[in-house]
Amino acid sequence: MSRFFILTLDGLTQGAIYAAVALALVLIWRATKVINFAQGAMAMFTTYLALFAIDHGAPYWLGFVVALLSGLLLGAIVERVIVRPVESAPPLNVVILTLGLLLFFEALAPMLFGGQIRSFPPAFSIVGLHVGNSQVAFSAFDAFTLGSVLAVMILLLVLFQRTNLGLRMRASAFNPEVSRLLGIRVGRMLTLGWALASLVGALAGVLIAPTFLLYPNVMDQVLVFGFTGAVLGGLDSAVGAVIGGLLIGFALSYVGGYLGSDLETVGALVILIAVLMVRPRGLFSLQRLREV
Amino acid sequence: MLIANVHLARIVRPTLNRHLLLALGAAVVLVAISEQIGAYDDYNLTAVAIFAVAAAGLTLLTGLNGQLSLGHGALMAVGAYTASLLLKDHQLPVVVVLLLAVLTTGIVGIIFGYAAARLRGPYLAGATLSLAVALPQIATRYKNIFGGDAGLSVPASAPPAWLGADFPPERWLAWIALAAALVTMVLLGNVLHSSVGRSFIAVRDNEAAAALAGIDVARTQVLAFVISASCAGLAGALFGYWSGVTAPAGFGLGLSLQLITAIVIGGLGSLAGAVWGSIVLVFVPSLTSGMASSLNVPSSVANNVPLAIYGATLVIAMLVAPHGIQGALKRLLALARARWGHSPASGKKGVMDWDDPAPGP
Repeated sequence: MSRFFILTLDGLTQGAIYAAVALALVLIWRATKVINFAQGAMAMFTTYLALFAIDHGAPYWLGFVVALLSGLLLGAIVERVIVRPVESAPPLNVVILTLGLLLFFEALAPMLFGGQIRSFPPAFSIVGLHVGNSQVAFSAFDAFTLGSVLAVMILLLVLFQRTNLGLRMRASAFNPEVSRLLGIRVGRMLTLGWALASLVGALAGVLIAPTFLLYPNVMDQVLVFGFTGAVLGGLDSAVGAVIGGLLIGFALSYVGGYLGSDLETVGALVILIAVLMVRPRGLFSLQRLREV
Repeated sequence: MLIANVHLARIVRPTLNRHLLLALGAAVVLVAISEQIGAYDDYNLTAVAIFAVAAAGLTLLTGLNGQLSLGHGALMAVGAYTASLLLKDHQLPVVVVLLLAVLTTGIVGIIFGYAAARLRGPYLAGATLSLAVALPQIATRYKNIFGGDAGLSVPASAPPAWLGADFPPERWLAWIALAAALVTMVLLGNVLHSSVGRSFIAVRDNEAAAALAGIDVARTQVLAFVISASCAGLAGALFGYWSGVTAPAGFGLGLSLQLITAIVIGGLGSLAGAVWGSIVLVFVPSLTSGMASSLNVPSSVANNVPLAIYGATLVIAMLVAPHGIQGALKRLLALARARWGHSPASGKKGVMDWDDPAPGP
């Protein structure tokens, strides 16, 4: 099998995870105009909760559900308790607040679960699938990763575009005041937005833990690349986030494969800057004209 | 008495003189302090001065010009590597090394400044964030130039002979760093009080209005970036001297985030805030780790107490003191003034005037 094909498959699975993180960031950005730097740390925390359940005899899928549900809950709590009071504060304050949350979760996790690096079970085999006689560098778990990210994306798309609730959420994000006048509980919609985003983040955590292992700052790099993907795609577009995340996955894989793994991040930087110089608001955003 | 006051006013009124006097006063106090404390505290004092230089530059960019940079740690790396590379083959005086580090980082700042001027808000944050992650990797990659993960060592700058043979090198470094910090503060303070500083603020507040008033928005933004990068370069070179080694691990994402934290906790947009933030950055972790080690808990808990407290402090500070330490101090001062009647000129002089320029005439 050609090297290019292997790298493409690798980029696809990696990219799916970055896409999930990017999607989570974009969901929150669209709802509350906040970049949630604690997204990765929250996902790390919910993955630890899943591992805790599995350690105590729960089957894998129960752990999986624990991760997603605790993600949902954690997102809602963080929005309601911590982010809501600073809603009207300067944007940078909210950035610092989420950075504070990031550090707090990264300190809390080893306190509760111990600081050693843990392995996390995959849902399916991580051994490459057999196609005919040859083994490909694509496992059942990789397929599950891709499929679940795709499924989440489609579900969210249906939610936002086809349901009444999704319409209300979009309206709240687009124009809170008018939405309030129309009788929408804007606060609840924002909480729901954070909860959903955090659920997507939690999914990314469970998907990445089998390959990256689990330790308190495992998600730092994932968050950076997810954010890069979101910015690349345009923060206003969910589709853009997914494509941006995938592009980053491919870029990292090709650069790492052909030029050396220590140039991965440089490659991501170069691509990001190149794209932003041409489209300063990302690939898929509606290019609004700047005032004047 | 009155005449003396008038004379004093004439000396103190011009911004430059006032800042120079303040810096001189601060220098005397700081030298006196550094004479009293031990090597470890000198070391911490140096760290505060270094962070203050970088944070002051960042507050000019982010606080006053509205460009959010999450990558200033990478610019510090540029300064530090410049210093280490210069010192690898040559013996150069500290001042020369620092100036060349400032120059190099300033040039790098021009390049990134042009890119940054096209980007806004979270897009700029994303671009600078990836800069912070990518740049240290270059040092890892090109081992024969930058020394790889092990980094390059930075020879200490020996105290000059006239200070005596047993002058502690830690105190000498503290003096260098403090001098650099005071020079930076005076220069930045004057920039902020000039028309350039006002154009920074105008661009931050409303780009359209600033452009209509005849300000070249892009050029102003690039200029802010270059000044800010130069400060980061100076801080980076000092950081190299301070840690004795320049390695990629020292300039990770954490450093960039620490800087942005410092300026917001200290009080965004004021140079005094940058100093407060640097003090918090250096002393809160060492205080809390001392506290944690005295607790009777398992090490997995004790090791993480400082980080947890730090994170919680950031969250709580943003909830209760959104304008940082400097904002809280100002509010206290205003309260005190309202309570006890205002004393003349109390708001015009002193520390409070380090920060954002007074409204124009």
